[in-house]
Amino acid sequence: MSQALDEIKIGGLGASRKRVEDNRFIRGKGNYTDDITLPGMLHMEILRSPLAHARITSIDATRAWEIPGVHLVLTGEMMATRNLAWMPTLSYDTQAVLATDKVRFQGQEVACVIADDPYIAKDACEAIDVEYEPLPVIVNPVQAVADGAPVIRDDKENQAGNVIYDWEVGDAEGTERAFAQADMISKLKLHYPRSHPSPIECCGSIADFDRSTSKLTVYMTSQAPHIIRAAVALVAELPEHMIRIISPDIGGGFGNKVPVYPGYVCSILASILLERPVKWIEDKSGNLISTGFARDVYLDGEMALRSDGKILAVRMHTDADHGAFFSDAQPSKFKIGLMHSAFAAYDIPVAHLTARGTYSNKAPGGVAYRCSFRVTEAMFFQERMVQAAATDLGMDQAEFRRMNFVADDQFPHRTPFGFLTDSGQYGECLRVGLKAVGYEDFLRQKQEAKANGRLLGIGISTMTEPLGAGNSREYDILGIKMFDSAELRVHMTGKALLRTGAKSQGQGHETTWAQIVSHELGIPAEDVVVEEGDTDTAPFGMGTYASRSTPVAGAAVAMVSRKIRAKARKLAAHLLEVSEEDIEWELGRFYVRSAPDRGVTIQECAMAAYSNMPDGMEPGLENNAYYDPPNLTWPFAVYIVTVEVDPQTGVWDVLNMVAVDDCGVRINPMIVEGQIMGGLTEAYAMASMQFITFDAEGNCVGSNYMDYLLPTAWETPGFELHSEVVTPCPHHPIGAKGIGECAAVGGPAAFVNAVMDAISDTGVRNIDMPLLPDRVWEALTYRRDVSGAPPVRTDE
Amino acid sequence: MTIVYEDRGDEAASEVPVRRIKFTINGQKKIAEVETRLLLSHLIRRGLGLTGTHMGCDTTNCGACTVLVDGRPVKSCTMLAVQADGHEISTVEGLATASELHPLQEGFKEEHGLQCGFCTPGMMMTAKALLDANPDPSEDDVRWALSGNLCRCTGYQNIVKSVLWAAGKLRSQSAG
Repeated sequence: MSQALDEIKIGGLGASRKRVEDNRFIRGKGNYTDDITLPGMLHMEILRSPLAHARITSIDATRAWEIPGVHLVLTGEMMATRNLAWMPTLSYDTQAVLATDKVRFQGQEVACVIADDPYIAKDACEAIDVEYEPLPVIVNPVQAVADGAPVIRDDKENQAGNVIYDWEVGDAEGTERAFAQADMISKLKLHYPRSHPSPIECCGSIADFDRSTSKLTVYMTSQAPHIIRAAVALVAELPEHMIRIISPDIGGGFGNKVPVYPGYVCSILASILLERPVKWIEDKSGNLISTGFARDVYLDGEMALRSDGKILAVRMHTDADHGAFFSDAQPSKFKIGLMHSAFAAYDIPVAHLTARGTYSNKAPGGVAYRCSFRVTEAMFFQERMVQAAATDLGMDQAEFRRMNFVADDQFPHRTPFGFLTDSGQYGECLRVGLKAVGYEDFLRQKQEAKANGRLLGIGISTMTEPLGAGNSREYDILGIKMFDSAELRVHMTGKALLRTGAKSQGQGHETTWAQIVSHELGIPAEDVVVEEGDTDTAPFGMGTYASRSTPVAGAAVAMVSRKIRAKARKLAAHLLEVSEEDIEWELGRFYVRSAPDRGVTIQECAMAAYSNMPDGMEPGLENNAYYDPPNLTWPFAVYIVTVEVDPQTGVWDVLNMVAVDDCGVRINPMIVEGQIMGGLTEAYAMASMQFITFDAEGNCVGSNYMDYLLPTAWETPGFELHSEVVTPCPHHPIGAKGIGECAAVGGPAAFVNAVMDAISDTGVRNIDMPLLPDRVWEALTYRRDVSGAPPVRTDE
Repeated sequence: MTIVYEDRGDEAASEVPVRRIKFTINGQKKIAEVETRLLLSHLIRRGLGLTGTHMGCDTTNCGACTVLVDGRPVKSCTMLAVQADGHEISTVEGLATASELHPLQEGFKEEHGLQCGFCTPGMMMTAKALLDANPDPSEDDVRWALSGNLCRCTGYQNIVKSVLWAAGKLRSQSAG
């Protein structure tokens, strides 16, 4: 009998295979949008508004047109003549492409210049004279709904004030009844500050319209090229088959590169008008002040508790500041994303969530920044609320969590907001985490340190995240159902080409998708080339964000491989001259059940598909699969942080961070751990320094990396990762769950809870993120909560 | 940088001030005529077509554009091309030989020190300057040396490991 293949050796499931894409990146041979130069290419720069809210009284581009090398100056007025001054957003609102009537946030696109050279285009932008008449500015939801507030969206009929939506989910009456029976009610109010995903590579596009073929090709930084093609077809009214969107290598996305931005639209129109390729590459300030932000939600909630620690009900309200246009990238059905995934890990009978969204004079966005549509805010509030409740009850925070967790035998579990969580071992993850951090021992150290005037704290956070939208029954974007796809071609020598509708931005799909094929077919991973991002060649898919690649596109890869295997089985039966029923499969090989030595490899079947197929069989060995997931996948994690706070300065240092992630089956453990570490770093960033705020005039504070602080190698703590708890996803073909974002979702509360634990003697209930030293110092010194909400103007 | 202007019958186009500079890049001697305001990063990327040097922030913060100038790490988005006159520049494209990767390149792949790859060239160039000066750095030495280079994907832990891996290999090579 032949030797069975070793799946790890061929780079299959579970192999920490070194990344294929690294071979070009380490040589500086990546191919990012800005690396592409086309013959005759022109360059575009955008003129942005310096004011947050102002009426445009005049735009004079005469001087700009006169600069040698300038080919075109676009203004809102010119866009309007082509019905392109406004475009639809992903949340059924409209967004200005170039401002016509007024500007509604600082950094809004007002005009753009197309020139021979980016330097000339920038010069010309400065030569455009725009006169503004300033208007009162709104920077938070309180101002937005105040009496006499200026209406930001006066362009919209029937928009009386600044409220975008009032939305609710859950059982209001049942929650009311549960609260009436509570022994204790615990309350918490906080602000999850505005943040920006800030990939190092900014957004950009190269539009190339060819008059001779009528074909528009756009190279762009898009996490979802197929959605962009659909959007361009619908907005620009171009025939879809004449649009080709290519996402080349992407220098990080994190949700920032999902939406359609005015720069893309302008470069496309400019290319059509000039019949030359037009490149637009955003600068960092443009990226930070105008493109998809995240968070900026005020959360207010309460928990009904029984005196023994049982959670009876939860009530939550969110006020979300969406900026000037409601352009959240999220499933259409849900106004505040998947905020109602909050408390999904806890066995809570009833809950009610109300949500209000308002406009402000801030950049639009609301993207899922390294999370599944507002899950980050949901999990942060959940874990801060849980800690507050444990404190109020005088219970140990770990024990309080353990007694309220959904138990292992309760799955599938219906949450009070209607989700169906699929599987997990929550208690076991917590046990592993507590053991790793030395929980009891640390509590003793903390007491000893206290006697010496030192402040130690420990913070726990757990999270379960709904990852992998759809199913298509509930999840769509602008009516397009959220499924994904894969297409597999096995060549005659057994080598293969795989394409999916997803788009890697660092996740390593070229490496991991091949591993799934390898697992299903026994073809060595190195024999499988993976391509994504070109809408002319890849099958339609919804793209990569919200940790949906492995749950959806990854599942499609497994399913298409199984289709290939089914056909290969027929070929094997033909080659072995037995009936299909008499054939067995082992990795990479079919054999005759009664005579295991008689077999054919998958490669031999592939050759037969092109050279020796049975009569009547369609030649070739290729197929595709569209995967509509039956449910979201629900990974779980426990993050535990210990800190020491300096009582004199408010500076806090991380002593230890332990992460226990149960994301089901890991395709490539090395890549999974890389993603967890990246997520933990973003969690640390949000907890410690990274936020975008605004002054009362609507000036963005955080418009460059001098002001928008990101942790470096020096500040970032080390992490201890644990992978021993594995609960395979019951409905995913290979048992995998999403993972790329879990740590960024669940991590922040662990850091904040640790600092709050360290200063618990002050009685301070909340310090808003980021926990800058001055905020911690203020809490310690004045024994009061510290809000991070943007200021309201008080001088008038 | 060659720029062809539309001829509109005026003399403005000929007024763009240019200067001739001589420099060495990855061992090759070059002459260029550049606008005096041209950034070194743009000369490298657009003038020389070496697109491995990336532009991230334009403000000397992110370090994606780090190259070596006479062996010292410099953020090329904040140095004018004319300042490179007479100097020696090394970019990521000069790290590997035709047949062999530099140990830093191997280290980044071995230790999974990159994800999207955008910060990687700058990280490797900064690390090269460190290892040239200090062949046996501690973890803290590496973290401090890299503190001018931002990464949004990895959380740095594997980048630090990658550099230490390269240091180890370089030491064993020089010992061997």
